[in-house]
Amino acid sequence: MSELRLLQGNEACVEGALAAGMRFFAGYPITPSTEIAERCALRLPQKGGKFIQMEDELASIAAVIGASVAGVKAMTATSGPGFSLMQENIGYASLAEIPCVIVNVQRCGPSSGLPTSPAQGDYMQARWGTHGDHPIIAISPSTVQEAYTLMIRCFNLSEKYRVPVIFLMDEIVGHLREGTEFPAAESLELYERVSSPVMGIDKHCYQVEEGEWAPRLNPFGRGERYNITGLIHDEGGFPTNNKATARALISRLLDKIDRNTEDICDAREYRMEDAEIAVVCYGGTVRSAMAAVERARAEGARVGMFRPVTVWPFPEARLRAWLPQLKGLIVAEHNHGQMLLEVERVARRPARMIGRVNGTLIPPDEIYAAIMEDNV
Amino acid sequence: MINGINGVSDINGVSDINGISDINGISDINGVSDINGINGRYELCFAGSGGQGVILTSIIFAEAALLNGKKAAQSQSYGPEARGGSCLGETIISNGNIWFTKITRPDFLLALTRQSLDQYAGQVRPGGFILADSELTLPAVDVKYARLPILRAACQDVKNPMTANIVAAGAINSLLRLFPDKTLEEAIRRHVPAGTEQINLRALEAGRQLVAKAAA
Repeated sequence: MSELRLLQGNEACVEGALAAGMRFFAGYPITPSTEIAERCALRLPQKGGKFIQMEDELASIAAVIGASVAGVKAMTATSGPGFSLMQENIGYASLAEIPCVIVNVQRCGPSSGLPTSPAQGDYMQARWGTHGDHPIIAISPSTVQEAYTLMIRCFNLSEKYRVPVIFLMDEIVGHLREGTEFPAAESLELYERVSSPVMGIDKHCYQVEEGEWAPRLNPFGRGERYNITGLIHDEGGFPTNNKATARALISRLLDKIDRNTEDICDAREYRMEDAEIAVVCYGGTVRSAMAAVERARAEGARVGMFRPVTVWPFPEARLRAWLPQLKGLIVAEHNHGQMLLEVERVARRPARMIGRVNGTLIPPDEIYAAIMEDNV
Repeated sequence: MINGINGVSDINGVSDINGISDINGISDINGVSDINGINGRYELCFAGSGGQGVILTSIIFAEAALLNGKKAAQSQSYGPEARGGSCLGETIISNGNIWFTKITRPDFLLALTRQSLDQYAGQVRPGGFILADSELTLPAVDVKYARLPILRAACQDVKNPMTANIVAAGAINSLLRLFPDKTLEEAIRRHVPAGTEQINLRALEAGRQLVAKAAA
């Protein structure tokens, strides 16, 4: 570990991406994500990478997909309004199986909303923002340190499953500064994209090898010719209306995530062993909830925290395991109740919602009061 | 921690630089390690107008805390304006984990504008401390306070109004005795734009002098 340095969440996310091997960034600056573009503009040239400020968010995600097709680990960063604009091409990347990481530092919406204020209103959009049944992974950090370490995980999962990964940050963590350590480079586990040893026009570029979940598309521009399309395609990459092919492709795209949730889903539990009440929260809200849970525990309440780190897919098996011992479920999030729906779906019972949509943080006192009310 | 300004509480009304400094009741300020406020946290709040650099001041104190082996969390809030809106830097210092990162009942408030003083003075915990620019009038609150000519010192002594935030940093550290001078200087070097280190260190000294003169 290196020395502790004071770093902002947005800055740590860039350093994590660089450690993961990200060498291309295209973006359009927007509060509260702007520091990510700024730091990429400074750091990428130092690493032999490329930074492009694009004309808008549609172009940004398109450039990122293009860079990734060429074999470079690529990312963009934005906030709610820009995330909305990127949705069409996020769907393209999920169908064409182009790895890429999209950072969304959430701010208070809808529309331009409160640009400098925190929120978690894009939770459902991260899952269902683009049309059609599609695979997606979303991961949410709660500390500046995690903005670094989980960014590496985003790239690893994106490359491994050839799927867009949303790094669902919020203004709370994005603009927070705290002590951060960079692990030694040799201690990092990095997943490098697998390419195919076979080249040439006879090869089916979208064919999936036995025991694998995604095709081994070779980097574009190195002599091999193949077709990439947003249309439903066959193993050769060409459009088709064949029903069996369409069903097989869409099923495989969804299965590659759904059948690997043990690998993909991560959650953290705090003091859950004997808990009768669980506070479920993620991202920056964990900061308020931890303060509340620690205070309530100190006063004897049997309360714990269940925190999805992978927020999509929702780590439902992990939560389900705790349900028999739980009498109370509290969901805290900076929106009007979005992950609440996932929690209630998994728990098959109502949960108490603590939300906030006025641009301020949920004070620990509010969560504490709810815990103590349930703790009877 | 040095408790170096003992005995200055009786200087109210002492004429000093232009007679506008006003230090009240600071004799029992100790270092962070001693005063851990509520929940073991020490909360510092830096309020002013966008462009005055109060967020940078909050970053510098967070960095100094890290350099001093403490935990620190720094955040900020401001409006959509680039300049001129209300602006707040928040620094939490603790020996333990810091979960909630926003000020709740600040132990300290720096206020450089009328608006920020009015907005945050009432939140300072009883027994907390307010440093305000001497152009401002303090509302009736039960806290210790100092009024020092921070903005004027930046213009006249440092000859650059942009350094008011660092003048304030020097004054704050002299008043609260939070960190060794060298630590704060290192924190400033790490965070001010390259090429401005010297003028900022001069501003820091100007801030210390404001307190020294007021306490003399």
